[in-house]
Amino acid sequence: MRLDLVPRPGRAPLAALLAPALAFLASVLLGGVAVALLGVSPAAAFAAYFIAPLSELWSLQEIAVKAAPLALIATGLAFCYRANLWNIGAEGQFVVGGLAGGCVALATQGSAGFTFWILPTMLVAGTLAGIAYAMIPAVLKVRLGVSEILTSLMLVYVAELLLDYMARGPLRDPAGYNFPQSVPFDAAARLPYLMEGETLHAGVLIAFASVVLATIVLGRTLFGFEVRVVGASPRAARFAGFSEARLTLAAFAVSGGAAGLAGIAEVAGQIGQLQPTISPGYGFTAIIVAFLGRLSPPGILVAALVIALTTIGGEGAQIDLRLPLDLTRAFQGVLLAFVLGADVLTRFTVRLVPGGAR
Amino acid sequence: MRHSICAGLGAFLLLLGPARAADKLKVGFVYVGPVADYGYSFQHDLSRKALAEAMPDTVETTYLENVPEADSERAIEKLARSGVGLIFTTSFGFMEPTLKVARKFPAVKFEHATGYKRAANVSTYSARFYEGRYVCGKIAARLSKTGTVGYIASFPIPEVVSGINAFMLGAQSVNPNVKVKIVWVNTWFDPGKEAEAAKALLAQGADILTQHTDSAAPLQEAEKQGKLAFGQSSDQYRFAPKAQLTAIVDDWSGYVIGEAKAVRDGSWKSHDTWGGIKDGLVVLAPFTNMPADVKAMAEDTVKAIAAGTVHPFAGPVTKKDGTVAVKDGETAPDPIILGMNWYVKGIDDTLPQ
Amino acid sequence: MSLDMVQMILVTVLTAATPLIVAAIGELVVERAGVLNLGVEGMMICGAAVGFAAAVETGSTLLGALAGAGAGLGLAALFGLLTVGLAANQVASGLALTILGLGLSGLVGARYVGLKRDPAPHLDIPGLSDLPGIGRLLFGQDAFVYAGLALTCAVSWFLWRTRAGLILRAIGDDHTATHALGLPVRKLRFLAVLFGGACAGLAGSYLSLAYTPFWAPAMTAGRGWIALALVVFASWRPARLVAGAILFGGATVLQLHAQAAGIGLPGQLLSALPYLATIVALVLLSLGRRQGGSLAPAALGRDFTPHR
Repeated sequence: MRLDLVPRPGRAPLAALLAPALAFLASVLLGGVAVALLGVSPAAAFAAYFIAPLSELWSLQEIAVKAAPLALIATGLAFCYRANLWNIGAEGQFVVGGLAGGCVALATQGSAGFTFWILPTMLVAGTLAGIAYAMIPAVLKVRLGVSEILTSLMLVYVAELLLDYMARGPLRDPAGYNFPQSVPFDAAARLPYLMEGETLHAGVLIAFASVVLATIVLGRTLFGFEVRVVGASPRAARFAGFSEARLTLAAFAVSGGAAGLAGIAEVAGQIGQLQPTISPGYGFTAIIVAFLGRLSPPGILVAALVIALTTIGGEGAQIDLRLPLDLTRAFQGVLLAFVLGADVLTRFTVRLVPGGAR
Repeated sequence: MRHSICAGLGAFLLLLGPARAADKLKVGFVYVGPVADYGYSFQHDLSRKALAEAMPDTVETTYLENVPEADSERAIEKLARSGVGLIFTTSFGFMEPTLKVARKFPAVKFEHATGYKRAANVSTYSARFYEGRYVCGKIAARLSKTGTVGYIASFPIPEVVSGINAFMLGAQSVNPNVKVKIVWVNTWFDPGKEAEAAKALLAQGADILTQHTDSAAPLQEAEKQGKLAFGQSSDQYRFAPKAQLTAIVDDWSGYVIGEAKAVRDGSWKSHDTWGGIKDGLVVLAPFTNMPADVKAMAEDTVKAIAAGTVHPFAGPVTKKDGTVAVKDGETAPDPIILGMNWYVKGIDDTLPQ
Repeated sequence: MSLDMVQMILVTVLTAATPLIVAAIGELVVERAGVLNLGVEGMMICGAAVGFAAAVETGSTLLGALAGAGAGLGLAALFGLLTVGLAANQVASGLALTILGLGLSGLVGARYVGLKRDPAPHLDIPGLSDLPGIGRLLFGQDAFVYAGLALTCAVSWFLWRTRAGLILRAIGDDHTATHALGLPVRKLRFLAVLFGGACAGLAGSYLSLAYTPFWAPAMTAGRGWIALALVVFASWRPARLVAGAILFGGATVLQLHAQAAGIGLPGQLLSALPYLATIVALVLLSLGRRQGGSLAPAALGRDFTPHR
């Protein structure tokens, strides 16, 4: 027996809707079995994972706050991945962005009078730092043909160690008993909160605006067109006279800038100071988000929200039902696998035919 | 028939459940690592289990593990919103998030480990780990044949630095010429890298290892090579029965139970606790793999520290650059120990400034 | 520096490189077949957990290692079903595998926290193993180290000296053309993915059975990612892969030695050295190479469906 995939002639809107729903259902069923084996009621677990986080204003805000950096980074990464460029170093670009923007905040700490310019400068500094850091693998690829997979990944570790050094050494709070963190930023260096309760901050708006902007750029501009053509058919792009080098640099700049911006938005929004680690792995999770969203900005937004929901639901399940964090991880993995597998239904009709695989 | 009785009983218990739970004090813990690290977070979780066992009718416990610093505010707030009345945030990096959530939930009590900022509903607590390090230093200096001890360090924060200094001062009190070689691995937990650091130190002439990282890998490496070592956070004797001399064990149980009792009877007040051997927060695992006289010396030192007659940072203490840190006849005040970022004389390493 | 010291450093480097070599050689075969599996870390950590659990239950290191390889193979089968069978996106599927593997390993390993086993035995040939300078390096390693090197030779031989290896490489370079020639593209790819998974699982079990013989959550600490980077570093060639792993392991070990000797540089800078050294080495290698033409298998990471 073998699986045969027959491409669908056109788009299949029904399948496109049904496939993720089916995948979700299948992973919930599997998760339910696992939960029952651990001696917990599957209904209670379902409520903790998927109902509770959506039924409180606070946790809705937390979902938005968690999804924002993921969506922003993944949107930038979509430019790279569509052009078949493998930037897997967004985590490093995120960290460097947060560090550079944070340095601006610390340098202007305590300035009196007109401080309106500080926050925008931080955001710009973070974005530029992210771009600059992404330029290292991009330039090495364009000029020397060095694989960006390796360089961008290795530079993640370097960035993390750099931040670690800065937060423990030069940037630490002089009055903080030499503990590894900077002074808390001034109010002028913080992204404002959007609602009562000090949870939802303006970084969410930045992320949302970036997703909208990216949708327009990818869909309606020449640059977006070039990115899509290079990804779909490098030969055609060459015939059309698109410069591969320029495009590589541009795509890396977009993704590095987005990651850097996400980094400083996280530091100026949620964290409010520099510390040895500022990311719970957003740069890597965003890669999944990018592909789960099929490299389209609106899809990415949805994917980021789903990942945020399961993470926050997992915390609730841990607190209320004593379900281990590892179960949440395994569940996320299964859910992703099923969604990716079900995606095939939207592109192909699947047939089981007798005979060996080919 | 039996089924319907069971179902009825179940429904009854279900009705009873929430009411009873509301009477109980919910105590939550936030861990930076996995509870299965067999080190720092594991020890904290033992205190949670001890609490649940000590007050089964009045306390209910829960926890969140593997919480990254950058994500901790949400985790802490989630606990506060789940009706938890007493929250232990067990890592230094949780300091600002703890304070922020505490401002939003004035009725909830918070306990932050190893920090220095407090509020009306935020206490801080920590253990004087350096007291244990001092004892280890004395043992190491007595037992080392090469006169060189290897020290695997995690990150240059005051707690680690004061541990290195106390270890050195203890060692120097036995053998003024003892050498301590330090390797920073820049991680709290990476068994492979810790093992590689242990190999490097042993290759360079150290015959006793001590560590301020969480895995048992250095101990196992010492055991493999027939050398000696100290355990960290937990009693790791089972990993290296022929190598472990003792271990500096964090025992938070007494403190945690005391705080939960105080919250229940309404006597809880914000405070700072920095307890050591005397208070039972720092416990030295049984002294093994050493001759009787060294064991006696170690036990005497433990007793003397508990009685207050020996202080690891009793003057004179000279810094590496030759300046006097603590004068003769004095002991270092707590703020100096808490923020220590200099080495004592004799340590050949530099700290980031 | 004495001869024994040099040998000790070399032994440490070789053992530090072994898990990287074993995991990377598997991934090399996968990528040569045109499939990019980013889930090495997940398969590795599962191999570590299942390998340790099986070794504790059976008392046998060999069975543990086999179980570890089997765990990696099982996860890889899921990946293969998704990417080769259903043409799902490889990058995303690989990352899903990483998360799944981390979670599963924690669930499996929970019961084995705090247990210890004796490390896998080392070879001991009277006379040879005690030779000064080279005895321990050449004749005193555990079976994993020799297996890793043997595996590398076998893969090298397979890819360039056998017909099946030629076909595998051809598939990785152009799946459409090889399919048109009637070659079993999907079957071979699936087998390659399984092989890669087994290698990653084996590498994980090396960590929990020989290197640091206990189970701890996330004990692979990013080695799966390094293995992935090494495949790229090696330009998909086995010999260079060993060199890369030794370079990386060597930089790690040497910086620790430099610290122990009291070099006085910030630990963070020294910890960053292996990563920087790998980049610099790759840059230098590409400076010496003629321009043009990527070395990567041309079909790497692209889906294939027979009808397209």
